[in-house]
Amino acid sequence: MTNHDRPLSPHISIYRWPVTMASSILHRATGLAMAAGFIVLVGWLFDAASGPAVYAKFMEVMDSTVGLVLLIGWSFAFFYHLSNGIRHLVWDTGRGFEIDRATASAWFVIVLSVVLTAAFWWVAL
Amino acid sequence: MAEFRLPKNSRITKGKHFDAANGSGNTRTFAVYRYDPDSAENPRVDTYEIDMDSCGPMVLDALIKIKNEIDPTLTFRRSCREGICGSCAMNIDGGNTLACTRANDEVKGDVKIYPLPHMPVVKDLVTDLTNFYAQYASIKPWLQARTPPPPDSERLQSKEDQELINEPSACILCACCSTSCPSYWWNSDRYLGPAALLAAYRWLVDTRDDATGERLDELEDPFRLYRCHTIMNCTQTCPKGLNPALAIAETKKMLVERKY
Repeated sequence: MTNHDRPLSPHISIYRWPVTMASSILHRATGLAMAAGFIVLVGWLFDAASGPAVYAKFMEVMDSTVGLVLLIGWSFAFFYHLSNGIRHLVWDTGRGFEIDRATASAWFVIVLSVVLTAAFWWVAL
Repeated sequence: MAEFRLPKNSRITKGKHFDAANGSGNTRTFAVYRYDPDSAENPRVDTYEIDMDSCGPMVLDALIKIKNEIDPTLTFRRSCREGICGSCAMNIDGGNTLACTRANDEVKGDVKIYPLPHMPVVKDLVTDLTNFYAQYASIKPWLQARTPPPPDSERLQSKEDQELINEPSACILCACCSTSCPSYWWNSDRYLGPAALLAAYRWLVDTRDDATGERLDELEDPFRLYRCHTIMNCTQTCPKGLNPALAIAETKKMLVERKY
C-alpha cells in the first residue's frame, strides 16, 4: 500500500556511505565499464582484420592521452572486479561478515587493485 | 528501477531557524526534517539551537526538548527510550539508528535528523511502515510443526539449538537495516529486505520448525532473496549489533546445499 501523495524521505543524498557500500557500487560500475571495454576490444580485432591502415588508425586513437586514460581505467576495472569477485566468493562461504572484517576487505581490495593496475602498467610501458 | 532523484513533492526546502532561548554558551544545532501533511508545502529542514546544559544525553532527549519547549507540532515515534521497542528508528548523522540509544556526543558537528530513508512520510519523522510489516508477515514468522507437542511438556530445545536462534530473534523490527539498504530503496516492492530475511532465517534454523523446505521455496526468487548484493549497510547500521547480511548469506548457502 503506497500513498503517492506522501513525500518520499531522502535516501542516497543524506546517507553516509560506509566503504562497503562504495565497494559494492564500484563492483557494479567496473562491471559496466568492462562491458563497454569489450566492445572496444571487438573493435580492435575488427580493425586488425581490416588491414594495416585501419589498424594504424585504431592504434593512433588508443595511443592518445584519452585512449591511455581509458585503457588504464579498463585495466583497473578488470583488477577491481576480479579481486572483489574473489571477495564475493569468500562471502559465499559465509565468512568475513563481521563489520571490521568486511570493512578491512573492502579497503584491501581497493588498494590491491590500484597496486595491480600500477604494476601492470609499469610492466607494459 | 532505481530512481535517484526525489519526486517533486518530496524535495527538501529551506526551513525555519530557532535560536536558543536563554542564549546559553553551551549550545548545539539540531537540523530536523519536517513535513506537515495538512499544508500543501514540500518537506523542509528546520534548525534548532539547543542549550545542552539543560538537555539529556541522547538524541531522543533533544527531540523531546524541542517538542516540549520550542515546537509542540514536531512529530516522532518513541516509547521505551532504552533501545528495545524500536519506535524511534530514524536517520541520525547519515546512519539509521535509534534516537534513544545514540548519544548527542557521538555526533560531530550539527546533529542532522531525517526519517528512515526512502519511505513514505506520514508526518515529520514518522514513516509509513505498512509494506515493511507486510513483508515480515509474508515470511510466516511463527512455528510450523508437523508433529504434535509432547503431551506433558513443551517442545524442549538443547542449549545448542537455542543458541542458533538467540541472535536472529533479538531483532526488534525497527526497520533501520531495511531502510539503509540501497537494494531495498530501489526494489522494496519485490525485495524482502534484511529485516524480513533475518526473521526468515530465524525460523529456518529453528530445530522445532518442520517447514524449512517450504520456507526456502518461498525465498528462492531473484528478487525476494537474491536482490541482496552484500552491500553490508544492514549490518553496519543495526542498532542491536545483529548481522542480517550473514543470515542472508547462510540462507543462500542453505539453498545451494539442499540441491546436493
